[in-house]
This record gives sequence, C-alpha cells and structure tokens, in this order.
Amino acid sequence: MVAMPVDTVATEGSSLSVKNVSKNFAARDRTATHTPALDAVSFSVAAGELISIVGPSGCGKSTMLRLIAGLDFPSSGELRVGTEAITGPSAERGLVFQDPNLFPWLTVRRNVQAGLAALGLLHKKRREVSEFIHLVGLEGFADVYPHHLSGGMAQRVALARALITHPKVLLLDEPLGALDAFTRMRMQDEVLRLWQVRLTTMILVSHDIDEAIYMSDRILIMTPRPGRIDRTIQVNLARPRDRSSPEFLRLRSEILQLLHLAGNAS
Amino acid sequence: MNELAEIEGAQASDAIGRSARAQVESGPLKAKARWQVLFSVPLALVIALALHWSVAKRESPGETDLYAYFFLGGLLVASVGAAALQTLWSGLREWMRAACPLIAVAVFFLAGWELATSGLRWLPMPYFPGPAAVLASMINDREVLFDCTCHSLLLLVCGYALGVASGLFSGVCIGWFPQARYWGMPVLKIVGPIPATAWIPLAMVLSPSATFSAVAMIALAVWFPVTMLTASGVSNTPASYLDVARTLGAGRAYLIFRVAIPAAMPSIFIGLFMGLGASFLTLVVAETVGVKSGLGWYVSWAQGWAEYGKVYGALVIMAAFFSTIMTALFKVRDRVLVWQKGVIKW
Repeated sequence: MVAMPVDTVATEGSSLSVKNVSKNFAARDRTATHTPALDAVSFSVAAGELISIVGPSGCGKSTMLRLIAGLDFPSSGELRVGTEAITGPSAERGLVFQDPNLFPWLTVRRNVQAGLAALGLLHKKRREVSEFIHLVGLEGFADVYPHHLSGGMAQRVALARALITHPKVLLLDEPLGALDAFTRMRMQDEVLRLWQVRLTTMILVSHDIDEAIYMSDRILIMTPRPGRIDRTIQVNLARPRDRSSPEFLRLRSEILQLLHLAGNAS
Repeated sequence: MNELAEIEGAQASDAIGRSARAQVESGPLKAKARWQVLFSVPLALVIALALHWSVAKRESPGETDLYAYFFLGGLLVASVGAAALQTLWSGLREWMRAACPLIAVAVFFLAGWELATSGLRWLPMPYFPGPAAVLASMINDREVLFDCTCHSLLLLVCGYALGVASGLFSGVCIGWFPQARYWGMPVLKIVGPIPATAWIPLAMVLSPSATFSAVAMIALAVWFPVTMLTASGVSNTPASYLDVARTLGAGRAYLIFRVAIPAAMPSIFIGLFMGLGASFLTLVVAETVGVKSGLGWYVSWAQGWAEYGKVYGALVIMAAFFSTIMTALFKVRDRVLVWQKGVIKW
C-alpha cells in the first residue's frame, strides 16, 4: 500500500446536518401539479462517517448532493456543516461526479493542483501535489493529458483533485457508475482506503446496493415522488467486508425488498 | 492497487503505441526516397529551361537572363544538390519526399504559363505577361515592393492586434455576463455583419488620417468574428466544469480565466482564423482606396500604369506574405491546443 501524506493523520471530516430540507423546481407549466424533488428530508452524518444514499432514479439523490455542495439552494429547510450553515460552494465540500470531468486542457498534475491554484495556496502546498498523485497511484502519468487515461485512472485523478483541498465532507455522486465491474470493485477498495487514511466524512450516492453495503457505515434509502428518506439501515459488518457472507446477503435482500415494495407503492 | 495501476498503465501506453504505429504505417515506410520523386524537380526545370530558350527570342535579354539563370538555373542547382544531400540527411529526405511532386508541378505550371503567354501569345498583352517579365519587374521594383510589404505588415499587425484584443474582451463579457449579453448581443448581431469595407465613406469623413481609418477598419473586420466565436465558446462552457471548479473553491476570476476561456479556446481560434481572413481582405481594400502605400495600393497603382508584370509580382508577394502569417497562426494554435491532439482530428 501507499504511504499516507505526513500531515493528514487526524480526522479531517466534519459532521453534517440536514433539517427539513425541501426542494421544488419551478414548473414550466403553471397548471401542472409539481411534486417536490425533495420533501422535508432530515438526516445527520457524524464526523468521519461514510454513508450511502440509495434509491431509484428520480428520487432526488443527486439533488440532495448538489444542495450539500452548495451548487443549488433548498426551497426550505437548513443544511449545516459542523455548526456553519451552507451558503454556497466551497472547497470544504468536495464533489466527485460519475463523469470524472477532468479539465481536458490541463495535465494530470495541473488537474490535481487546480483546487490549490483556485485557493491561491499553490506556492505553499506544491509539495502535496506529488503526494496526492502518489496516493492515487498515478506517479507515471503526472504530465499526461486526460484523454490518454482510462476511465478508472481518470476517476482516481478526480478523487485526488477533490481531496487536495482537504475537504471536510466528500460528496460522491455515483463516482464508480461508469466503470466496468472489475475496475469498480478495485476502486471501491481504493475509495475506502482514501477514507481510512484521511477520515473525511463521505456521502456516497449509488444505485448499486452491493456497493452501498460494501462501503458504508449507514445506508439511507430514498423513495421518489416526492423524494424523501424511507429507511435508514445500519451496516454493522467489520471491514474488509466479504461480499458473499450471510450477513451481507441478508442485508442485500432486505434492501432489495424495501426498494421493491417502495416501487409498488408509488 | 498497484497491479491496477500497472494494468491501466499498460492499457494507456498500449493505446499511445498503437496510434504511433498507425502514423508510421500510414506514411511511406521505405528508407530511401524513390529516384522518380527526387528527379521530378530537376526534370521539370530542364523542360522549363528548354521551353524558355525556345521562346525567349521575343523578350528583352535582361528579363531572360534573370529568369533563366537566376531563377530556373538556381533552382536546378539547388534541386540537384538537395537530391545528393538527402542521402546523408534524413530530415531533408523526409521533406523532399513530401514536397518534390508539388514543386515539380509548380515548375510545370510556370512552363505552361510561359508557353501560353510569351510563347504562343494565346493571352492578350499587356494583361498577361510571362513569368520572366513578372520576375524582372519584381526585382527591378524590389525597393518599392519591400517598402510596401513593410507598410502592409504594420497596418495588418496594428489592426489585427486591436481587433483581437477588443474582440476577446467583448466576447468574454458577452459570453459570461448576462447583462453584457443582453445589451451587447443586439449590437453584435446588427452591426457585426456589415462588411468592414462598407464603412469606408464614414471612415474617410471621420478619421484624421487614412492610415488610422485603415487600422480601425481592419480592427472592426477582425472584431466581429472574434467576438462572436469567443462569446459562443465562453457561454457554452460545460456546466460540469464550472460546478467542479466551484466545489474546489474557485472564485469568479478563476472561473472566467482558468475554466471558461480555456474551454472556449477551440472556438476562439476559429474566430481568430476567420478574423485573419477578413483582415487580409480589408487591408487590401483599404490600401486600394485610401492609404498611399502598401501592397494593395501598389497593385492599383501598377494597374493604372498598365504595368501588369508589377501587378502579378505584388500578387506573388501577397500570397507568400499572407500564407506565412496564416501558417504562423496555425503554429500558435498547435501550441495552445496541444491538449486536443488525439481528442479531435486536425
């Protein structure tokens, strides 16, 4: 395994609370009865916790993440990181999308250091850039342009880019959804390793139930129309988890059943 | 984890290797240049020389000597020398393999031109002088031509630089700020399509000097496409790039200068090329009607004296002059957009 950066031993994560958050998108047609994308959603995440949000498409998972990231604003309700209310995007809350969204005009190194450059910290923390490239195992690719990278490599660059500003919360919007099954499983371990090294609070949106059980401390199950949290499931399995253990499979069928019932109810 | 990196690394380097191999295979792979290719140019020159001597009796000896000995003869010596040198120098060999057929055809074209004009007199004089006469008038008038080229270059550089600077500025403003878009877009859409040369009457009335109005017109001609393409490139920046940058803590300056403008660069370069074409046109027209120097002025002045050799001489210089500038802009683009290599086909 790879050595951790020297100054990242303590918990970097921060707690997060979401209280009664609703989000309505303005309907194009005034007569249409618009169902809220999110309806009075409340949950909280402890510092250093890794939770997953699963649910069928259209249940507002991604909307929830955009609200936490500060890229969108709730129609009502309140979001806080630690004790501070979220008023807009910030380097405190990193976001990794399904598409790596690397800047194609920058090399891997320059992509990774983009956050430092944006914050004006590049001259002070230039040393860290190589550490983060090392952390995601891309030493030989620092000066390569993104289109030369495979999907898994590009996503690791995106992770390094999101982590370099030492975010208190890392938001992962189906980050492994576009990868093939094998790369995806390796990347799950990769993300878990980064999480254990840095103890960043992580919120993972996924539609892959196995992934959610394998990775998270807690799983929030969301249902659509209106988007709300249906159930919370605690995952009390020791890591590294065995994907074929009876407990794992029991949780899996429980969640599947919940989602299936939720599907019939609507 | 490390195995994963290795697998993916192997895949990536394999992909790079494959594209390099494809490039090698698509070019002619033989180490030696074929002698037919190498000697096409000397052969064409010998034919052109023979043709020239057979028709040269009708022309003045000065013109004949210049064209035959300095131009065709010089080329012949150079081409034979290059054919000998390429056995030692692989860079030259590559270049010759690509360029020789083109040069040979160009020499044949000169020979055909000479045959049609000085030789068989198919084309009416004095409108169509032969290549020897054109070369002679270029060399006789070299000081004036050099002076005109410098003046044209100065006008072009000033006008183009001004147009690009103002176009980039207004394009970024219109592309980024909704207020600027609201007020700027109608102006751009209504005023922009008017050809810059249509402003000549107004420019003559308003401006203190012909040079000044020519620079302003060239700048206007460049400004429109640069603004249009910059604005569209900036406003079409993928929202996901902007979202990513925001979550990395980027402020407005970073979003504009480090995300939107780089993302718009391919579009901006299309504007720069279109603007360059428009600037050539406007330069020549402006020089023809107002400015009392420059290549455009020289063409109309020579035409006034019915010295068509000079007219074609100036056209030859323009061709070299403009295509050199165009090539320079291509080089700049290759530099700036190097990250696109492999993403799109150039």
